[in-house]
Amino acid sequence: MRIIDGTIAGTIRTERPIASGTNGERRPAALIFLVLLWLSLVVAFGVLIALVVTIIIDGQGQFSWRLFTEFPASSPDRAGARPAILGSAWVIATTAVMTIPLGIAAAVHLEEFADKRNWFNRLIELNVQNLAAVPSIVYGLLALAFLSMLGVRDKNIVMAGALALSLLILPVIIIATREALRAVPSEIRQGSLALGATQWQTVWRQVLPSSVPGIATGAILALSRALGEAAPLLVLGALVFLSFDPNGLLSGYTTLPIQIFNWTGRPQEGFHALAAATSVLLLFLLVIMNGLAIFIRNKFQKRW
Amino acid sequence: MTTVASTGGPAIAPDRPTPPISYFAGRPRPGEFVIRLLLRIAAAITVVTTIGILIALTIPSIGFFAEVPVIEFLFGTRWAPRFADASFGVLPLVTATAWTTFLALLVAVPLGLGAAIFLAEYASPRLRKILKPLLEILAGVPTVVYGYFALQFVQSTVFREWLQLETGAFSVLAAGLVMGVMIVPTIASISEDAMSAVPQAMRQGSAALGANRMQTTLRVVFPAALSGIVAAIVLGISRAVGETMIVAIAAGNQARLVANPLEQGQTMTGFIANAALGDSRVGSIEYDTLFAVGLLLFLITLLINFISIRFVRKFREAY
Amino acid sequence: MPTKFSKIAAITATFAAAALLLSACGGQPSTGGDPASGLTGAVSADGSSTVAPLTEAAADLFRDVEAGVNVTVATSGTGGGFKAFCAGETDISDASRPIKDEEAAECEANGIEYTQIVIANDGLAVVINPENDWADELTVEQINTIWAPESEGVVTNWNQVDPSFPDVPLALFGAGTDSGTFDYFTDAINGEEGAIRTDYSPSEDDNITVQGVAGDLGGIGFFGLSYVEENADVIKAVTVDGVYPTVETVQDGSYTPLGRPLFIYVANASYTDKPQVKAFVDYFAENAVAVAETALFVPLTEEQIATATEQLATLG
Repeated sequence: MRIIDGTIAGTIRTERPIASGTNGERRPAALIFLVLLWLSLVVAFGVLIALVVTIIIDGQGQFSWRLFTEFPASSPDRAGARPAILGSAWVIATTAVMTIPLGIAAAVHLEEFADKRNWFNRLIELNVQNLAAVPSIVYGLLALAFLSMLGVRDKNIVMAGALALSLLILPVIIIATREALRAVPSEIRQGSLALGATQWQTVWRQVLPSSVPGIATGAILALSRALGEAAPLLVLGALVFLSFDPNGLLSGYTTLPIQIFNWTGRPQEGFHALAAATSVLLLFLLVIMNGLAIFIRNKFQKRW
Repeated sequence: MTTVASTGGPAIAPDRPTPPISYFAGRPRPGEFVIRLLLRIAAAITVVTTIGILIALTIPSIGFFAEVPVIEFLFGTRWAPRFADASFGVLPLVTATAWTTFLALLVAVPLGLGAAIFLAEYASPRLRKILKPLLEILAGVPTVVYGYFALQFVQSTVFREWLQLETGAFSVLAAGLVMGVMIVPTIASISEDAMSAVPQAMRQGSAALGANRMQTTLRVVFPAALSGIVAAIVLGISRAVGETMIVAIAAGNQARLVANPLEQGQTMTGFIANAALGDSRVGSIEYDTLFAVGLLLFLITLLINFISIRFVRKFREAY
Repeated sequence: MPTKFSKIAAITATFAAAALLLSACGGQPSTGGDPASGLTGAVSADGSSTVAPLTEAAADLFRDVEAGVNVTVATSGTGGGFKAFCAGETDISDASRPIKDEEAAECEANGIEYTQIVIANDGLAVVINPENDWADELTVEQINTIWAPESEGVVTNWNQVDPSFPDVPLALFGAGTDSGTFDYFTDAINGEEGAIRTDYSPSEDDNITVQGVAGDLGGIGFFGLSYVEENADVIKAVTVDGVYPTVETVQDGSYTPLGRPLFIYVANASYTDKPQVKAFVDYFAENAVAVAETALFVPLTEEQIATATEQLATLG
C-alpha cells in the first residue's frame, strides 16, 4: 500500500532513511544549525505566548459580566462591549448567509462543470487566487464606492459590513471548497455517471455530500477570519458609539475588533484593560470556531 | 487525485432503486440547465468583484489625477492632502510601507524558513502534525490584537521601559516586527510544502554521498525548492504591504519620510484607515485621494501576487 | 433517508434561527423596569471629537430615561460633522467652533434649518509631557513659533523656541483638518484658520494626540480641557500667557485666546418631526450642567443656561 501524505506532488514518504547518530550529524555546524531551527520555532511561539499572556494580564481587571451586558461609556469602569458582541454576531451571520452558498456554487461550477482548458476559466481561477491576496482594506473601499454609487448615505449598517466581508472571504471559501471537491475520487463520479445519472445529479447526490466536512471546515475557518477583520469595516464607518443593541440588517453596528481598536486608541489605562479583556474574548471565540472546524474535519472526513 | 483502488459495489445508497435503462439516459433535464446557469453566474461574480474593485478605485482616481499630476503624486515627498496648503506626494507613505515590510521580512524570513526546514526535514510525522496547526494559530490571531500587542507591550514596555530606547509613543519598528511574526505562518507553510515536494530520492542520494542533514538541506533540498520558497516570501511581502490594523495602531499618524525606524510614520494602509475615519464627501479631493492611494496599493499587491503565482507554478511543474 | 447534506443544512438553519432569535431578545432594554414613555427611534449625532464625550455621556444617561431610543455618536470632526449635517444625514452636529459661512450656505442650499445651542465651555489646552519641566509656562508667541506654517521643517527643537530650553527634539501632535479644535487653534494661535505647519501627527481622534504626547519627552499637542482632566496622569497643560486653564478661568474669560464655547447644532426638522430627537435634545439641554460635570467638561455659566433655555423654547 502506498501511503500518500497529501503533499503537493504526492511524494512517497517512508520512514526517514537519513540515519541520525552518524558522525555527520554530530558535527558542530550541524548541531548549531539544529539549535537555530529549534530557536526559530521557540521565538515564534514565544511571541505568541507573550501576546496571550500580555492580554490576559492587562485585561484581568475587566473580566466580568459587565463586558457582556454594558454599553461603551466615557468611563472605563462602566463600559462594556455588548453592542460590539451583538454587532459581530449579526455581521458574521449575515456574511455567512451571503457568501457560503455563493462560494460553494462558484466552486462547484469551477471544479465540476467548467472546461478547465478554456482560457476564460483559467482566468477565473487566476482571478480567485488574486482576490484571496488583495489587502482587506481594499474590500472596504469597494463597498464604500458601491454604496456611494447607490446613493446610500449612512453606511453604518449591518448589510454594508456584511457585503465587504462576504467579498473578502468569498475567494477563501471557493478555494477551500474546490480542495474538498477534488478530494472526492473520480471513481465515485464515474460510477454515478455509469449508472445513468446526469452530471448535476452526480454532483448534488454524490460529490457534494461527501465533501461537506471539508466545505464546512473551510467555511468555518473563513468566517473566523471575517470575525477578526477590522480594516474594511473601519472604512465603512463602524467606529461609532452605540447606545443600543444592533438589531437588524439595516441597523447601526460595531464589531469586536473595531471596539478593541477604539479602546486601544484611548490613553487611559482602564480602556487598555478593556481592550485586552475584549481581545481575550475574541481569541476565545476564534479558538472555539477553529476547534469546531478541526473537529469536523477529523471526525467526518472520509478517507478514500 | 489518490490512487486507492475502489472496493467495488455501487456508489449509490443501497436502498435507492437502480435507475431503469432509459434511452434518454444522460440527457440533462431542463431544471438542470437553470441550475448550471446559476452556478456559472456564481463563478462569474468573482470576475465581477475584480472588475468592481478596478472600477471603484479608478473612477475617483481619474478625478484625483485631473487635479494632481501623476509625477507629483508618485515622486513628491510632501504628503499633506487635507491641509489648506496641500501636497500630494505619496513617497512618505510608500517609504513607510517599505520600512514596515522590510522589518517584517527581517523577522519573518529567518523564523519562517527555520520553522519550515525543521518541519520538512527534521520533525517526525507526529511532531509535524502537532506543530503545523500550532503555527497556523499565529496566522489566526486578529491583527487588531497584534496591534494592541505592538503598541502596549513591544513599544511601551519593551522599547521604552526595558530597553530605554529613544522613541515616542509610536514607531515603525514595533509595528514592523510584530507584523513579521504575523506572517511567519505564511512563509513557513508554503516553504514547507515546497520542501516536502522535493523527491526523497534526492535526499537519499545526498545521504549516500555522506552528507549530514544540514548539508543535505542547505545544498540539495533548499536549492531544489527555491522557487517555492521565493513564492512564499513574495506572498509574505504582499501580506505585509496590505496589512492595516497593526500599523494604524502602532506605527503613528505622521506622513513623513522615515529614516530611523524608531520614529513614527504613516503607511499607505494607515493613511486610508485614518482618512476614512473622518468624513470625505463623494467627489471631493479628499475622497478621491483615498481611492488614489487605494489604487496604488492594489496595483502594488497585484504585481507582487502575479510574481508569486508565477513562482508557485514553476515549483509545481518542476516535479 | 435524508442525505447527510440536508441534515447538516437543517442543523445550520436551526443554529441560524436560534442566533437570530437570541439577538432579537438582545434588543430588549438593558435596564430593568418599563421605560418612561416607550419612545423608540434613532438619533444620529456626528462631529467634533471634543464634544463627542459630552454627547456620549448624555446618551448614556438618557438611556436610563428612555431605553428604547437608539443614539449613535460618530466623530468625523467638526467639519466632517457639518458636511453630513448639511446633507441631511444627521440630526445633531457636535461642533467645537461656530458654523462657518460656507457650511451655513450649504445647509441653506439643502434646506436644512438648524438651531445652535451652546452646550458647554472649553479651554483649548496646550499640553506637554509630564517629564517636561522647562515649558510649563508658554506665551502665545512661543506657541505660534512652534506651530506656524513657516516653522515647517525649520523649528524642530525646543531650544529654537527659547534658548533657555534644552536640546530636545519637538514631537508635534494635534487635531486634523476636519476638527473644530484644529480650526479654533489655528485661528487663535496662528491668526488664520487652517494655517499651520503640516509636519505633525494629525488625528481627528484627540485620544491619539494624548497618546503621542504622553509617549514622547519632547511632545506637545493641543485639545480640549476635558481631555486634560481625563488624562491628568499622563500629560499636563501649560499656562498660556500666565493663565492656567481651569473651569474658573474658562468661565470668567481670563483664559484667552483659547477659551471657547462648545455647541450642538440641531436640525429643526428633526426636532419637530422626530419625538425621540426632541426628547434627547431637551434632556441634554436641561441636564447640560450635570452632563458636563460627569464628562469632566466646563459647565455653562448661569447666563448661558438662561440663553439655552430660551432658545429651546423658541424651537419647540
